[in-house]
Amino acid sequence: MMAKLLKNREILLVVAIVALVALIALRFPAFVTPASFARVYNDTSILIILALGQMAVILTRCIDLSMAANLALSGMVAAMLNTAFPGLPIPLVILVAMALGGLLGMVNGTLVWKLDIPPIVVTLGTLTIYRGLIFLLTDGKWINAHEMSDAFKGLPRLEIAGMPVLSWLSLLMIALMFLVMGRTPLGRAFYAVGGNPHAAVYTGIDVGRTRFFAYCLSGTLAGLSGYLWVSRYAVAYVDIAAGFELDIIAACVIGGISIAGGIGSVAGAVLGALFLGVIKNALPVINISPFAQMAISGTVIIIAVAVNARAEKRKGRVILRKAEAV
Amino acid sequence: MTDAHLSPRHIPDRLQGRGARILKSWESLLLVVAIAIFLGNSLASPYFLDPWNLSDATFNFTEKAMIAFAMALVIISGEIDLSVASIIALASTAMGYAVQLGVDTPALVAIGLGVGLICGMVNGLLITGLGLPSIVVTIGTMSLFRGLSFIVLGDQAFTGYPKSFAWFGQGYVWWVFSFEFTLFVLLAVVYGVLLHKTNFGRAVYAIGNNQTAALFSGVRVARVKFILFLLTGLMAGLASICLTSRLGSTRPSIALGWELEVVTMVVLGGVNILGGSGTIPGVVLAALIMGMVTFGFGLLNVPGIVMSIFIGLLLISVIALPILWQRARRRLAH
Repeated sequence: MMAKLLKNREILLVVAIVALVALIALRFPAFVTPASFARVYNDTSILIILALGQMAVILTRCIDLSMAANLALSGMVAAMLNTAFPGLPIPLVILVAMALGGLLGMVNGTLVWKLDIPPIVVTLGTLTIYRGLIFLLTDGKWINAHEMSDAFKGLPRLEIAGMPVLSWLSLLMIALMFLVMGRTPLGRAFYAVGGNPHAAVYTGIDVGRTRFFAYCLSGTLAGLSGYLWVSRYAVAYVDIAAGFELDIIAACVIGGISIAGGIGSVAGAVLGALFLGVIKNALPVINISPFAQMAISGTVIIIAVAVNARAEKRKGRVILRKAEAV
Repeated sequence: MTDAHLSPRHIPDRLQGRGARILKSWESLLLVVAIAIFLGNSLASPYFLDPWNLSDATFNFTEKAMIAFAMALVIISGEIDLSVASIIALASTAMGYAVQLGVDTPALVAIGLGVGLICGMVNGLLITGLGLPSIVVTIGTMSLFRGLSFIVLGDQAFTGYPKSFAWFGQGYVWWVFSFEFTLFVLLAVVYGVLLHKTNFGRAVYAIGNNQTAALFSGVRVARVKFILFLLTGLMAGLASICLTSRLGSTRPSIALGWELEVVTMVVLGGVNILGGSGTIPGVVLAALIMGMVTFGFGLLNVPGIVMSIFIGLLLISVIALPILWQRARRRLAH
């Protein structure tokens, strides 16, 4: 029973997060209040939404390096739309951002599906293209807080039942993804394609199409995050969220989503993102320079992948004992 | 891609001759593209054909190309190293720190190369020793190595490099040939021989095509991969020396995003991202193309980020076009 529990990576991750929080609480009890937890969760919401999209893509043995660039482009377009037509209802702006993000995801998906180009190459290319497009759109100009309407900036902060809309939105996305992954043929297909693409073909699953939908999903979520990011930080420019694609992948890896595809869960992605969120928010509290965050998340990624690999190791017969043991 | 016509369904009556193969190769396509860009640039700007201008232009690819050679071998073997730019940052930070302690040029070079080697060793041990996927490990070490630079430097910068240190990034060996360009040519030859003319190079291809088969044919897979990551670390250390010397200062954000440019260069050079095929001449041509495009656009006052759009489009289209071409031909054949 105990051994089985310890092998469940979601539970392992919960234990790790609790241990981390307890460690911080030893010296700074103020970190462990419901209000503080709510703040950390709210701060991690965007990362959670993005990690959910990345999870779907990684499950199908692909990767989406263009998510942060997609976020920046969709966010910029949302901000431009808002400055040009301040009267436009915000839900419509959000829909436009999501549609644009979905479209950019479709571009990735089409290239992977129809042309069979390796996903890492496709998204490496579109990553630079999407960022470049922002520059072409804006000439490198910033859109600052005073140019955005109050409704545009205010929505993520708006409190409903004591929690900001940003947190509610991420909870909604988690719930939706739970349904998609666990209760729909598409969710099944994601796992099947990543677990064994050949077998998936024989069960009647179109591997390319499934990957295409995974990219559409990650793109749409990136578009939504684009609006959330721009309105939350009240600024839009070419380089917002630069390098964030790696944080998203890190959250997935920490959450036990196997880069080789087919293994992972919504809970894992959420917990992985939360783990990074707790670290990021705890550093200033325990008086460690925020500059240390990068090195710490790097170390955490390496430890997480080492732990996960141990659990995944297939027990085959060792034939060349000497060579296989290096 | 090229062996599609050898698939069981399409057995050709006879194999192509050497000449036809070379003509149809990826490298000759790159050569045509390179010549076209060269001609286009010389027509577009009267300043392009000046030898000193051309010499200046080499600086924007030589450092990346040094890493690209080693990266090509890593990718051919079926792995990837995304931590190279962070190794540059860490090596540069270590050198900058040493300068503050009054260390002189020879020792600085040793420190730069040493840090590169150690970083490569860390990657290699994690990947071959623990059997972890290289893409995730190097994403982790990418954060770790640059993170260490950030811890040391924060928002500060190291400057005050000795005068003699400046030669690596700013010196000339003869006439317009800079030290960096000479090194680039030398390394191209060394890596070309290593990959195409030695047992080691054979082993790299064998691993990339079928790791298990390679293992059973007596290739020491783990050892070869370990050496490849060491080499990549060493090259990143070397690039760090050149770049630091050229800039004369170290910030933790030095060479940010270079890993993607290096990978683009390698893939543009015709190396299969899934491993198993690719050549050093291809990578050399890709480096020249990327360098000339950047330089030519610079002469035309095109901003850097627009160039990166072009590079991104180039990356996708050079891979997509042959696939589309082959499909169109197959459709015509039926």
